Amino acid sequence: MNSTHAGMLAADAIRPRASRWPARLDVAQSVSGLLLALFMWGHMVFVASILVSKDAMWTITKLFEGYFVFGESYPGIVSVIVALVFGLFILHAGLALRKFPANYRQYSLFGRHMRGMRHEDTTLWYWQVLTGFALFFLASAHLWWMLTHPGMIGPYASADRVWGDHFWILYLLLLFAVELHGGIGLYRLAVKWGVFEGKDPAASRRRLRAAKWTITVFLIALGLATLAAYVKIGIEHAPQRGERYTPAWVQHEGGES
Amino acid sequence: MNAPATARRLRVHVLRYNPAEPEVLPRTQTYEVDEAEGMTLFILLSELREKHDPSLQFDFVCRAGVCGSCGMVINGRPGLACRTLTAELPADITLAPLPTFELIGDLSVNTGKWMREMTERLEAWVHTKEQEVDLRRHEERMDPDLADEVYELDRCIECGCCVAACGTAHMRRDFVGAVGINKVGRFRLDPRDARGDEDFYELLGNDDGVFGCMSLLACNDLCPKELPLQSQIAFLRRRLARI
Repeated sequence: MNSTHAGMLAADAIRPRASRWPARLDVAQSVSGLLLALFMWGHMVFVASILVSKDAMWTITKLFEGYFVFGESYPGIVSVIVALVFGLFILHAGLALRKFPANYRQYSLFGRHMRGMRHEDTTLWYWQVLTGFALFFLASAHLWWMLTHPGMIGPYASADRVWGDHFWILYLLLLFAVELHGGIGLYRLAVKWGVFEGKDPAASRRRLRAAKWTITVFLIALGLATLAAYVKIGIEHAPQRGERYTPAWVQHEGGES
Repeated sequence: MNAPATARRLRVHVLRYNPAEPEVLPRTQTYEVDEAEGMTLFILLSELREKHDPSLQFDFVCRAGVCGSCGMVINGRPGLACRTLTAELPADITLAPLPTFELIGDLSVNTGKWMREMTERLEAWVHTKEQEVDLRRHEERMDPDLADEVYELDRCIECGCCVAACGTAHMRRDFVGAVGINKVGRFRLDPRDARGDEDFYELLGNDDGVFGCMSLLACNDLCPKELPLQSQIAFLRRRLARI
């Protein structure tokens, strides 16, 4: 036996320790998805404040711009928050790509399997893939715009964007994609890690699924109502497009921007 | 078996193909059979083979949901022929072999080969501390509650329904499936097994193992033995993610 051959045998005999990265990546995908879903719940509450009043939406916008802390607006703070969310979004998208069907054969196999099985959680996973794919583009377009125009948020500024700049089309698609993807994702996170399993996992899963659909339907309805409110304001405000909203109680301080 | 006066006429569509005769292309063959009271798919298939077509291939041994031989796809979903009553199905019944396994012929697949490869890959047997086992010595006593827990997971009959129901296994042929993850869970509980979580991570801590599971949970929902697969997979994922 020559030395090269002996060396190869020795290398074969040593089994390398399994990488810890599959575990880390799985956890990172779950944590990034959870953070994004929780952020989207908060985001929905913030944008839906327009349903309360223009003043309420203006106040929340100014809160994020640091107006009530520093006495003047710093839209750059919004850019920093958007950049963090964008980073988390890219990380989550990259990690989730590992689970996407990799080629036509895998799509075909999964599609045939799903149609035959008529199994809700299997079908929901396919919807998660489709909505996730749509979010690559829809969410990126929205995030990039917010990153580069952080000061253009407000009752009139947002309404002008939604109606005058035709962003309502993007936001309508984004609403359905985000709420379906996030709702299915949070449900899957719970069953994947066994959270809220309790003593009767089957009953807990039924409750989780019911909660998932309830939350998804509620958030889509809230989102549609919110979008309709911005469209209404946008149509009414079209003749004064570009003008910023200023609550009556702060008009003496110099306006919205 | 006598058919009652109100018996349905069942139309059974069977996917036929014999790899030993590759010149005969896969085809669906339809048989018509009168439904009998308490009829299972196993009884129906036996009647088909006896009275209509002796060339029809399908597997069975126990006829009681114990051996796991008669797994097949029934109207799109995996299940055991011997545990499926025709009364639960529409009059049109479509039968196909379990996918992801090597086809022997018609409805017969080689689950044994797949299960053996998986068992060897996951080293699914008790690993004792001693190099040589003294067969004359009594086994150590096991707490009855723990023995019950081990037995609960050991009820798996390796029928292959969980693998055939798994979307991940369809796309990624190296995925160990719920049956494999459940096996590791079983040996992890066994106090005679000297292995710890670090050792189990070596076997299951990868994208073909527990971290490849996408939690579609059809395995859990269609397991003929109703094994707690959802809980087992989640439990092992939590344990191995901490390594």
